[in-house]
Amino acid sequence: MDGRLDAAGGDPMTPRAVAVKAGLERGWVELRSKLASPWELSGEVWPWIIAVGVMFALRDKKVPGTDFSIGLQAVPGIVGMSLIYTGLMGLALVLTTDRDDGTLLRMKAIPNGTIGYFISKVVSRAGITTAALLIILIPSALLFGDLRVNSVTAWLTLIGIILLGLLATLPIGAVIGAVFGSVQSLGLVMLPVMGLIAISGIFYPITAFPEWVQWIGQVFPVYWLGLGMRSALLPDSMAIAEIGGSWRHLQTIGVLGVWAVIGFAYAPVVLRRMARRGSGTTVKETETAAA
Amino acid sequence: MAVAASRTATGNEGAAAAELAIETVGLRMRYGAKDVLRGVDLQVPRGQVIALLGPNGAGKTTTIEILEGFRGRSAGEVRVLGVDPADGDEYWRARVGIVLQSWRDHGTWRVRDLLHQLGRYYTPFSTPERSKPYGADELMELVGLTAQATARAGSLSGGQRRRLDVAIGIVGKPDLLFLDEPTVGFDPQARQEFHELVHRLANLEETTILLTTHDLEEAEKLSDRIVILAGGKIMADGTAAELGRQVAGQAEIKYSVAGQAQVDHADDATAHVRELFARHGDALGDLEVHKPTLEDIYMTLVREFEAGRWTDASTLPGVTR
Repeated sequence: MDGRLDAAGGDPMTPRAVAVKAGLERGWVELRSKLASPWELSGEVWPWIIAVGVMFALRDKKVPGTDFSIGLQAVPGIVGMSLIYTGLMGLALVLTTDRDDGTLLRMKAIPNGTIGYFISKVVSRAGITTAALLIILIPSALLFGDLRVNSVTAWLTLIGIILLGLLATLPIGAVIGAVFGSVQSLGLVMLPVMGLIAISGIFYPITAFPEWVQWIGQVFPVYWLGLGMRSALLPDSMAIAEIGGSWRHLQTIGVLGVWAVIGFAYAPVVLRRMARRGSGTTVKETETAAA
Repeated sequence: MAVAASRTATGNEGAAAAELAIETVGLRMRYGAKDVLRGVDLQVPRGQVIALLGPNGAGKTTTIEILEGFRGRSAGEVRVLGVDPADGDEYWRARVGIVLQSWRDHGTWRVRDLLHQLGRYYTPFSTPERSKPYGADELMELVGLTAQATARAGSLSGGQRRRLDVAIGIVGKPDLLFLDEPTVGFDPQARQEFHELVHRLANLEETTILLTTHDLEEAEKLSDRIVILAGGKIMADGTAAELGRQVAGQAEIKYSVAGQAQVDHADDATAHVRELFARHGDALGDLEVHKPTLEDIYMTLVREFEAGRWTDASTLPGVTR
C-alpha cells in the first residue's frame, strides 16, 4: 500500500508509524520540561503528600477485628485514586486547555498529527503520574513495614499494574477532556468519576455492595486497578476480602487490556472530530422543516 | 483507495481540473436560519496568490475553514487540490498548509524544537519533486526567526509569533497555503515585514496562497487577484485595476451655476456633464468630476454592511457590476 513512498525515496516507515515516533519524542520533550519545573510538578502531587500524612496519623488504628492498620489498608486506595486523578482527570484537564488554545486544531492541520499528539499526551501524563505515585509509595514503604514493597515480585506486580492501569485509563481521560470542552463542564464529569471510585472498592470493599452494583463496578477499569494495587501491596492473606477470595490477576490483565486497546483505537478518532469546527445546517433539511 | 484519491489530484489525467488549486460551485453555509454563504463560485488556478477581501462577518473565515476541511458545509461542490476537503485524507492534508489565527498554543516549546517536531510528520510524504519537510534552521532563516531559535514560543512578540505560525504552516512545503487574517493586530513595521515574507513564499516552489483580509491596501499589495466577499456572496473578482473598472460607482459632479455651488451624483458622468452644458451654457463654472476609487467603493460597502443596512450584494447602493 505504501509503494508510492518507496518510489518517492521517502521515509520507509508508514506515515502512522512516523506519527507515533514523533509523538513519543514530543511526549518526552514535554515531560522533561514539566519535571524541570518543580513548581508545576508540586501542583500535581501535593494532595497525595497530604494523604500520606493522614495515613501516618492513623498508623496505630486497627481495622476492626484484624491486626492490620487502617492507614496501611488505605495505601493501595490512595495510590489508585492518585492514578485516576493525576492521570485520567489530569489528562482531561490538559485536553480541555489544548482544545481551547488551539493546540488540538494545530495538530489536526498536520498529517496524522492527532495520533502523535495523543501518544505524546499519554507519555507525558504517564510520566507525571508515575512521579506522583513514587512520592506516595516511597514514604509509605518507609512508614508501614507491613507493605509488601520490600519484595521484587511485589514491585514487578506494582509496575505492571501501574503501566496497564495508565494505558487503560489515560485514553478515557483524553476523550473526556476533548468532549467536554471547558473546565467548568469538566467539574460535572468529576461527579460520576467519584461515584465510580466509590463503587469500585477503592476505599471500601466492593463485596459490601449489592451484587448488581458489584457487576457495574467490574465493567470499569477503576475496580481492577484498585484490585491490582491491593494484590501488589497487601499481604496475600488479605485476598480473602475480595470477590471470589482471590486477586484474580488474569481477569485484571484481561479487563484492563481490553480498555487499553479500545482506548488507543478510538481516542485519536474522537480527538480529531472534536478539533473540528461546527458544521453548517444542511440546507435541504432546514428548508423541509420550514415548509 | 486513499492514495488513489490524492493521485487523481497530482496525476496527468484530467489536466484541466488539476490546474485548479481550488474550485467551489454554489457553496452555501447556513447556521440555523442565518445564511452566511449564499452560493460562492470560486476558481483559483495553481500558483496564484488570491486575497479574499470583505468586511467582518462577510463569510471569509467560514469560507477558508470549509476549504481547510475544518468545517462542514450546508450545500455546494468544493474541490481543493482535486479533493473534497470533507473527505481529505492524510495525503491530502500533507499538501495543504494552514496558518491558524490562534497564538497561545505550544507556549512552552522552543522555536527550533517545535519546528523540528512538527516537521517530522511530513517525512513520509516526500515526493521526488518535493522533499519534505523544511529543516528547522532553513525555515527560521526563511521567516526571520534565526535569532529566536531557542526562545520559547510564549515569549515571542506578536510579529515574531505570527512568523512562527507561518513557519509552522509551511513546514511541510505545501502546494496550497491558507492564511486567515494574517496581520490582525500588527504595527506598521511588522505588517511591512510580513508582506515581504508572503512575497517570498509566493515565489517559492509555485505555492498557491489564499489569504483573507479586511484591508483593501493589504489585498492590493499581496495578491495577484482580489475577490470581494460581502453578505455571503462574491461581489467583485479581479486584479485591483480590473476591480476599479468593474465596481464603477456613481461619480460626484461639483459645479456652480451663476456662482451658486451644486453637487450631483450620476452613473454616467459624461452624459450628465453634457446635459449640464446644454442646460446652463455659459453660466456653468467650477466644474469638477470625481470618479470613486476602489477604496471609496470598498469603504462605502463596509460602512453600509456594518450599519446592517443591507445583507445582499445586489442591493448595495451606488455600486453596479
